[in-house]
Amino acid sequence: MAGRGGSGSGMVEGARWRKWVYFNVPMTVFIVGTLFPFYWMFVTAFRPDGELYRPWRAINNTPFWTTHPTFEHMVYLFKQTMFGTWMYNTMLIALASTVISLFCGLLAGYALARLRFPFAGSMGTGIFVTYLVPPTLLFIPLANIIRDFRLGDTPWSLILTYPTFLIPFCTWLLMGYFKTIPKELEECARIDGASRIRAMVQIVFPIATPGILSAGIFAFTLSWNEFLYALVFLSSPQQKTVPVGVLSELIRGDVFFWGPLMAGALLGSVPVALIYSFFVEHYVAGLTGAVKG
Amino acid sequence: MAQRGPRSIAGGAGGAAEATSRLTARPRAAVRTTSIGAALENERVLGLLLLAPTLTLLALFIAYPFVMGVWISLTSASVGNVGTFVGLKNFVKLFGDTIFQRAAYNTFVYTAIATVAKLALGMWLAILLNRHFRAKRLVRASMLLPFIIPTVLSTLAWKWMFDPTFSVLNWTLYHAGFIQTRIGWLTDPTMALMSVIIVNVWRGMPFYAISLLAGLQTVSPELHEAAAIDGANAWQRFWRITWPLVLPVTMVVTLFSVIQTFADFQLVYALTGGGPANSTHLFATYAYQIGIVTGLLGEGAAASLAMFPMLFVIVIVQLWYIRRVEGA
Repeated sequence: MAGRGGSGSGMVEGARWRKWVYFNVPMTVFIVGTLFPFYWMFVTAFRPDGELYRPWRAINNTPFWTTHPTFEHMVYLFKQTMFGTWMYNTMLIALASTVISLFCGLLAGYALARLRFPFAGSMGTGIFVTYLVPPTLLFIPLANIIRDFRLGDTPWSLILTYPTFLIPFCTWLLMGYFKTIPKELEECARIDGASRIRAMVQIVFPIATPGILSAGIFAFTLSWNEFLYALVFLSSPQQKTVPVGVLSELIRGDVFFWGPLMAGALLGSVPVALIYSFFVEHYVAGLTGAVKG
Repeated sequence: MAQRGPRSIAGGAGGAAEATSRLTARPRAAVRTTSIGAALENERVLGLLLLAPTLTLLALFIAYPFVMGVWISLTSASVGNVGTFVGLKNFVKLFGDTIFQRAAYNTFVYTAIATVAKLALGMWLAILLNRHFRAKRLVRASMLLPFIIPTVLSTLAWKWMFDPTFSVLNWTLYHAGFIQTRIGWLTDPTMALMSVIIVNVWRGMPFYAISLLAGLQTVSPELHEAAAIDGANAWQRFWRITWPLVLPVTMVVTLFSVIQTFADFQLVYALTGGGPANSTHLFATYAYQIGIVTGLLGEGAAASLAMFPMLFVIVIVQLWYIRRVEGA
């Protein structure tokens, strides 16, 4: 450190040293630790097979990057597997279940935040409790129910079940949001003759747009991420979602196709990463709002 | 939520005023006095009506499967066979099953270690992110990536990094001189459980960090300055000022995360599949193994319902805590 910057005073030198130990070093470790797996996914997706499968102690001049990038894994992914179909399925399922959840969540959130009716409190608690029910508790009986309703191996099996963990979250988030909107705005409209539903749809919902956006983005990423229901309810390759398809079709027995696997993981992450990067603030608001209720 | 409130209301009020003036411009809307319209003005009717779609879906796909799950767990059902009522036989059989005992042990170890690590690291990262530095927004945004990227996909990247033969981690550690023989990240039973915990911490820590950061931002820096003037060091300031003030957020975040971790499935399924030699099963992966792979629905349902008592306790604690905080 000494000699850098040219500030002679010992106290400033001390402050600099402290800043390195208490901030720069830990922050760098956090950044590298958090992002390295993604970097590795990226490098592997473009690395030729000859470079991927080298004994672990082998001398390696370019261990962390490649000088011969290749698209062979991407080509394999689209030519030899149904990756494009999986992307389409995941997108369709995520969008449809998000729309359903937002619709239900808006209505329920408004009712719980604004209206007085019997058992409102206990229904609110009930919805909150279902928020805490993990899918892993119910997947076996739910698989039976999906089969009884003849929804097995169709996108509907997921479009209808994903809202069970999205609606409680959307309701809770939007309810909190509605409570911050002054009642007077609606009352004005109602004095002017608008019906309650009209006041809700035309006054309250537009003001809640940021909350709706947060809930929608969060719901979309949660559905894109879901794995267990998709694994259990879908069986034919052309119905699968990205996480299930990549895991079940690119690992055959003990053989791992690491190049295409990482290419699939990378491309499968792009839609959520893009949406996230455009709406970081809304996503964070949704996340912290979901926690605080 | 609080910090978002005022701005959005100010921004929204203009739109609302516009909307109201639009409504007053067309007084015809007021004349509608049909019986349906009147019923919809009734808060009791409208409230239940608005909740109807939500309650229907939750009843069909949460409440009904729950009741059915309890029933199946008491029967000898298997794929294609409804089975007969067998009482608690499935549960008795499970409790004597060494793999199930190991899964129960793993679940508790996994939840305990991962939760403590995520909380400690998340708090540390939140405090670091709460300072001013260059490219702060970019760093903060990129720190959440592990949380938003689909778990199975990022776990596959870890599986590749942990590969017995081609592990980049082993390569780096060996060439940096830290190890002489390779670490069996996923091949050694004890190490495999640790690896699963590492990936869970990596994935869940950002959620803690960003939520706690939101809590930290509400703590007034003046409190810290005052305490510093009174001679409190950084450690004392953390425990006496920051920790008590962010405790409510910390509690809620931790309880949420405990539920998620305790009931985890996809991370373990993708990383180890419960192996090597069934040493890393959790309740959920073992339930999948028995119920779906083997097809013994009764026993599988019982294995997944074994999570219920613990989840029930956490939910009760959470409800109680939220009530208390809201009441205060």
